[in-house]
Parts: sequence; C-alpha cells; structure tokens
Amino acid sequence: MKQWLVDLWEGFFTVLVGMQITWRHLFTKKVTLHYPEERWQLPPKSRMRLFMKYEDCIGCGQCARACPVQCIYIKADKRDPKAPAIFAANGQGIKLDVTVFDIDMSLCCYCNLCTYPCPTDCIYMTPEYEFASDDLTKHLYHFAKPNAKFLTVNPKPPAPKPPAPAAAAPAAPAAGTPPAPKAPPSAPPAPETPPAPAGA
Amino acid sequence: MASPAAVDNWTQEAIDQDEMVLNMGPQHPSTHGVLRIELRTDGEVVKAARPHIGYLHRCFEKHSENVDFPGVIPYTDRMDYVASMGNSLGYALAVEKLMGIEVSPYVQTIRVIMAELQRIASHTIAVGTYGMDIGAFTPFLHLLRDREKILDLFEWTCGARLLYNYNWIGGLSHDVPDGFVKACRQFLREFEARTYPELVDLLIGNKIFIKRTAEIGVCPVDLAISYDLTGPNLRGSGPARDLRKDEPYCGYEKYDFAVPVGKGEHGPLGSCFDRNWVRTAEMAESAKILHQAIDALEKMEKADVREKVPKRVKPNKGEVYARSEAPRGQLGYFIVADGTAVNPYRVKVKSPCFTAMSIFHVLARGMYIADIIALIGSLDVVLGEIDR
Amino acid sequence: MDLTAQLIGGLGLPPFLVAALAGILPAVLLITFMALGPIVYVYAETKIAGFMQDRIGPKRVGPHGMLQTVADAVKLLFKEAIFPASADKFLFTLAPCLVVVGAFLSFVVIPFGSRVQGADLNIGVFYVVAVSSLSTVGLIMAGWASNNKYALFGAMRSAAQIVSYEIPAVMSLVVVVMMVGSLSLKDIVEAQQGGLPYWIVWRYFPLNVILFLVFFTATLAECNRAPFDIPEAESELVAGFHTEYSGFFFAMFFMAEYTEMVVLSAVASVLFFGGPLAPHMALQTIGGVGLGPFWLIAKAWTLVFVMMWLRWTLPRLRVDQLMHVAWKVLLPISLALVVVIGGLTLVLPRGFPVVDRIVGWPIVLGIFAMLVVGVLRAVQWSRRRIQEMAA
Ligand code: SF4
Ligand code: SF4
Repeated sequence: MKQWLVDLWEGFFTVLVGMQITWRHLFTKKVTLHYPEERWQLPPKSRMRLFMKYEDCIGCGQCARACPVQCIYIKADKRDPKAPAIFAANGQGIKLDVTVFDIDMSLCCYCNLCTYPCPTDCIYMTPEYEFASDDLTKHLYHFAKPNAKFLTVNPKPPAPKPPAPAAAAPAAPAAGTPPAPKAPPSAPPAPETPPAPAGA
Repeated sequence: MASPAAVDNWTQEAIDQDEMVLNMGPQHPSTHGVLRIELRTDGEVVKAARPHIGYLHRCFEKHSENVDFPGVIPYTDRMDYVASMGNSLGYALAVEKLMGIEVSPYVQTIRVIMAELQRIASHTIAVGTYGMDIGAFTPFLHLLRDREKILDLFEWTCGARLLYNYNWIGGLSHDVPDGFVKACRQFLREFEARTYPELVDLLIGNKIFIKRTAEIGVCPVDLAISYDLTGPNLRGSGPARDLRKDEPYCGYEKYDFAVPVGKGEHGPLGSCFDRNWVRTAEMAESAKILHQAIDALEKMEKADVREKVPKRVKPNKGEVYARSEAPRGQLGYFIVADGTAVNPYRVKVKSPCFTAMSIFHVLARGMYIADIIALIGSLDVVLGEIDR
Repeated sequence: MDLTAQLIGGLGLPPFLVAALAGILPAVLLITFMALGPIVYVYAETKIAGFMQDRIGPKRVGPHGMLQTVADAVKLLFKEAIFPASADKFLFTLAPCLVVVGAFLSFVVIPFGSRVQGADLNIGVFYVVAVSSLSTVGLIMAGWASNNKYALFGAMRSAAQIVSYEIPAVMSLVVVVMMVGSLSLKDIVEAQQGGLPYWIVWRYFPLNVILFLVFFTATLAECNRAPFDIPEAESELVAGFHTEYSGFFFAMFFMAEYTEMVVLSAVASVLFFGGPLAPHMALQTIGGVGLGPFWLIAKAWTLVFVMMWLRWTLPRLRVDQLMHVAWKVLLPISLALVVVIGGLTLVLPRGFPVVDRIVGWPIVLGIFAMLVVGVLRAVQWSRRRIQEMAA
C-alpha cells in the first residue's frame, strides 16, 4: 500500500515537473531559421560545391588520384612545344593541354581530399550549397574551356606559395564570434563563389 | 511456453496456430534505420525475434582495399554517421600505430576535444531518439537543438557538419579557428546549465519513462561479456570498462573524469534504463573532460596540425590492431599493409553496434512488442556501422 | 432550442415553419462548429507542439501558418482513398463514418448556455457515455477490416483500453450524478449556480478534485491521447488502427479524434466547472447577451490545451501498464470515492459547509500565478541568452 501511494505520488509529481518545463519552453526564444528568407551564414571553410580554376591547372592529375571515389576525370595532352609559354597564377609553367576536366558532383563525397595535393591550388571547395537539380547529369561539371585566356608572362618568377584559398576567404568571422551567426535576410551568397559552370 | 529450441525453429510447420509472425522494418519508424526484425508473437508477447541486417551494406572493407590510406577516412566517416569523428580517430590511431607516428600534444588535445564533442552529439541522438521511441517527442527536439550547436562548431572548424574527414593520419585537416575556445565554453555553459538538467527532469526522471524501461531488456554482466558488448551497453550492466581509462590514448590519462556505470536503482541491473542512464551521465562526464581540454588548449602554443602528416602514406609490411572508445563502444581497426602499395591490403572493423545487435534476440524473448522498440533504442545501434 | 424559437417567432412566420427552423438552425450551427473545429484544434496542436520544442510550427500558409490545416484538409480531400486489396471494403468504409458519428453525437446534449442546447435529454450523462463508446466500435472495425497486423494490434489495444477506462470514467460520473440527483446535463449545470466557489469540483474539497483528476485521466485514455495513445502508438505500431487509411478517410479519423477531445472536455467542464456558468455572476451576461457558449468553449479549450500540453510532455505507457493504471489505480480510487462521497451526500448534501466556499478562488489564482511566473522566467532567460550571444 505504501509503495502504491509512493508510485502514485511520484507519477503525479514528475508529470507536473515535466509540464512545468514544457510550459516554460512555450515562451522561450525559438531557434528555427526560415530557410529561403533567412540563410545560414556559412563559415568560410565550408565544403560545398567544388570549383576548379581552369586557367591555373597544370594538368598534373594529382587531384584525380587523391579522390577516394574517382569522380574527377582528366584528359591532358602534351602541349605543342613551339606554342608560347603559359603559366599558372603561382608561376608554374603549364606544360599540358587539359582537354577534359570533369567533376561529377553527384558522386563527390565532399571530403576535400582533392584540394590538398594540387600544386597550384586551383581546385577548391566553395561555400555554395544551393545547386540541387532535378537531373543528376546536371551535376557533371565541365571545367575545360576551349577559349581560356592563360597568363603568358610568369607572374611571379620566384613564386612563394600563396595561402590556401579556403583560408584566404574574405568573410572570415572576427575572432570570438559564434560559429554560424544568422545572416540578415538579404545577405548575398559568399562573395568568393565563382559563377556556376554550365551544366552538361 | 515452448522451449527456446522450439521457438527458434522458424519453419512454417513449427509456428503455432496462436502465433503470428510480424515483420518490423525495414521501413518502420523506430528501427533506427533499415533494420528488419521478424517477431514471432503470441498476442502482444514476443516469443522470439530474428533481426535481419545488411540493408545498408556498402562494401566498406572492400572499398578500402582500393583506395589509398588517407582515402579510407571518408569511408570510415560513413560507417557510424552519427559519430564520424570517433570513427576517423580510430582509423587514424591505427595507421599511426602501424607507421610509428607520434602526434604532438597540441593535436592530441584537439582530438580529445573533437572526440568528446562528438560523444555528446552522438549521445544526444541516442537519448533523444530513445525518448521518442518511448513516446516523448519534446526532449528529442531539445537535444537536437544542442546537437546543432556542436555541429556548428565542427563546421566552423573543418567545413563539414556530418562527415568531417577531420582526423588525418598523423594530424588534423585544420587547426581550430580563433575564438573556438570561447564558443565551446559558451556551448558547454548552456548545455550544463539548461539542457542537461532539463533532460533529466523531463525524460529520465519521469515516472512513466522509468516504469517503461527499468524492468525490461535486463542483461546480466556475464551475458553481456559473453556476447562481447562494449561501451555504454556493457557499462549499463555494471563493469566500468572504458578504454579511455583502461588503455588511454590521445592523452586521456591527463583528464579527470568518472566512468558512469549502471546502478540498477529502479529495477534489475543492466536494464534498458541503465544503459540509457549511462549515456546520459556520459554526456555530463564528456562536458567535464571538455572543460579541462579547452583549458589545456588555451594554454598551449599554436602548432602546425599537419606537421606529422606524411606526404605519402605507405607503411611497411605489417599488420596492426588498434581500438578506441567510440561513442557506441570499442571500435577496433585491423589493418594489414603489404608494404608495396599505397592501399591497405585489408581493413577489418570490429564494430560495437554489430556485437550489440547480436545479443538482441536473446534479450527480446518474452517481451511485449512495445518493449522491443525500447530494447533496440537502448542498444543504440546505428545500422550504418552494423552493415558497413 | 426554445431560444431559437423565440428569435424566429418574432418574424411572423407560420408556426410549423418556426418549429422546423427552430430544430434545424441550431443543428446546422452545431454541425458547422463541430466540423470546422478540428481545423482550429489541429493548428493549435501543431503550434503548441512547435513552441514547446523551441520550434515555431507551421508558418508558410497564410499569416502565421493559420491556413495550414485548411490546406492539409483540402489536400486530403483530393487525395485518392486507397483500399488495400485484401481489405473488407464495406467495413473499411463504414469504420471511419462510425467513428465520426460517435464523436459528433455527444454534442447534442452539451448545454452551451442556459437555453442553448441541442436536446435536453433526461438521461444526458448516460447518453454521452453510450455514444462516445460507439467510436470504439469504429476503431475495432477499422483495425479488423484493414487486414493489416499493425492495424489489428491497434484495434485490439483500443478495445482493451476503452473497456478498462470506461469504468473509472463512469464511476466518477456516477458520483457527480449522485451529488446532483439528476442525469440531465442541464440540471447538473443548474446545481452549480452561484459562481466559481459553487462549482462541483470544490465540493467536498479535496475529494472532488481527485475525482476530477480520475475522470480527466480516463477521458485522456478514451480519446486515445498521450500518454495513453497506444492504439496508434506511432513508434510501435506505425499508425495503429489507421495504418491503411488514406485520403479523406484518414482525415475523418483525425477529425473524430479532435472532436472527441473537445466533446469530452466540454462534458468535463459541465460536470466539474459549471459548464456555461461564468466564474463570477457579474460576467454571466454582457448587456443582456448571454455569454454561456463563450464560457463553455473557454473551459473546454482550456482542458484541450492541457491535453495537448500533456501529450508533448509525457512518454507513452505500455499496454500492461495502461491496464495497471486503469484497474489498480483509477478504479480503486473512483470506487472509494463513490462510497465516501455517496455517504457524504446523505449527511451533507450541499458539500462541506465552509471549506468548499473559500478554496476555489485561491487555488485558481494560485495556478494562474504559477503559470505567469513560468512565463516571466522563460522570457527572462531568453533575454539573457540573447545578450550572451551578442557579447
Ligand atoms: S571532394 Fe573528395 S570526393 Fe569530391 S572530388 Fe574531391 S576528392 Fe573526390
Ligand atoms: S591537382 Fe590541381 S593542377 Fe593538378 S590536375 Fe588537379 S586541379 Fe589541375
């Protein structure tokens, strides 16, 4: 009988305790973010869509080798030795004609492994995430351009390696700010993001 | 009741007229993914249960043989997708052991911080969904709110919210950003002052919750050990076995923390309540470790976190087994390198969820259908890790 | 009914038309109120659930998402109702209709005001009990006809549940009927004239408060609300008895559930909280217009809110524990109360002399103050947190 009463009281009391908590939560600040109107300000390191700056690629193929799911397809031919010399932004001479550079973002697992070995830092991940499409083939990005304008003079002969693009992103939050502050509704997408390459 | 042997005979003839075979899953709301269970029920009472796994098999181990050593890390992330940091940490530790790499204390401290944050994040899911299985929705969303804050910290550090590729062989992919310590403290303050006490009051202390969970799924110590349970599932049955204490790695010996074990205060020792309580208490302990680790990190000099990362990971011929305490239990990696290739020759994972699932059919016998759900939730299985 | 007759009577219509209209108009009004009610309740439920979970609930359709349930209802109307191939088509169709009818019928006897009542049956309480268990038949039918194991489990659980919980509910009704000496809901309301201290819930303080808690718990179980929602326990039985239903049949189950919540809350407020009577005599009418319906609906909705509040707070019970609560907790209590209060009505037919009159207001105001304190603390904490985030 005593146990019965204790159980009854405990049941009743813990229900009241729970009700008190939920009642308080009715009036606390809500955490929902209304997605299309308000956007998450992504931190600069965010790993979303890949981008490759074709003008800087020397066609070494290290990114394709590093990729664990083999979703980067590169085809590079020997450049005509008599053609004028062209250079990547960090001063490396481009010896190969990259004729095909495709990344299949529908296979990509966003692991970022391809960007580290790149000698010219021309492949990197951008904080742009709104590229869903109704057709998977639209996720096959062709980066090779037939009419690319290469640098014909070596920009910096004793090139010191520039910092990684991810680290140099302009929107780096000031020290001490919380990780992902809510952006004002009209915040533009991260300025560093290059225009989307044409679909397949 | 029929003898266990008869109950385990699943042929058409052996099934009694009064019995019904109920298929639970793979698209059932609370089998935590794509687990399928065949239940042999007599009314509401389950006479025998047969779990079927493999719906999420992705050939992780075979894949690993075809990618180079660093390339395996994204795959390990995808095993236990609720706690990726723990998986990649275990793999990195194994390969480092194979190659004889010693990482700096700075890297070790960051690894501990990340692992413990991940432990909290993983346990919020475990405890929250457990509440949801029992029928309480609200604690789940309160916990998910806090998990999002942890994921914010991760995203801020390494750019990804779920699958991090953060623990590299010999280092980390990124250093922690400026202000990380402060943001982490802020998270901990809120977690300890508000979310945790509220969880304990709203869910764990609730009489209905206790009544629902404290007398079912009882797993005695010897049964737990003979079925090789690890992690919170084992600790729920009593023994304080925790690799962070017993075989410290990453400098865990420096931190002062307790290993919560099940006490059986509301029913027999080793019940679903105990397992769940261990998880809940572990969140508080992880917060304690985090406080110490952040303080230590603040005092340390910044160092290059990729200093020891080898340019080319090509271990000499050999094999290694290394284990670590992932949020769900002991996660072991057995790696064979043949010394000629940059690919592992073989990677075998000893997954804690798989062993937890193997005890399921023993504990499930004689339960009510509603308790089956409570049992799966208390074992806290992640199908991604079982099926790999 | 007579109120309508008086109103229309002034228009100079032939008497047979007056009689017909007096019968039809209230019925139409009631049915509209009942049928459109769930739209409000479902919206309220989603919002309350959202707020309690630090979310904001529906927001897109209409201002603050107010038209969300309308949109949902329209969507359900246009969706195809799928019949499983092996279902019993006749029973499958009949079940939701029965459930809805059972839920709606009780509205007839609810007194919305001193003279606003569908029909003042002299067996009102008995009628409510009888028709509200009609929906259980519908649930069992649905579970059986679906030819689905989960639905069958849901149906069996619901049958067991209703059978057990009907008893404590009826026992507590019996106590009230003994006190008043009449089965008619109108008489029960009249017995509580005189403002808040005269409501039945304060009579024989604190016995009737306990009685009310027993009745409220039993009604929770009767309309399958958490923590007693085992017939449709979504984490165990997928969706219980309505697993196989889709389209408008599904909407009917939904409608019935919410209507039943309101009906039983209304009955509870009539039995214990004076129904259409205002807490203070002065608030009963404003400028000659009776506020009876307002007070009844306010009280009923308050109880509905408590039901929703409980649902988003508590875990669910297991089947055997549910039976335990019914047979070993609620039934003994209600039986004891029948004996004790039954004896007391012989000795003190108007309740305890002084205590009953003075406890009412302090308790109500105390609960109110506690809730306000909760709000203030929550707002305070929210503010502090925003400041911390900014710092
Ligand atoms: S991010 Fe990873 S998966 Fe994607 S292309 Fe780069 S290496 Fe391949
Ligand atoms: S690693 Fe860089 S330079 Fe080499 S192929 Fe890839 S993108 Fe081009």
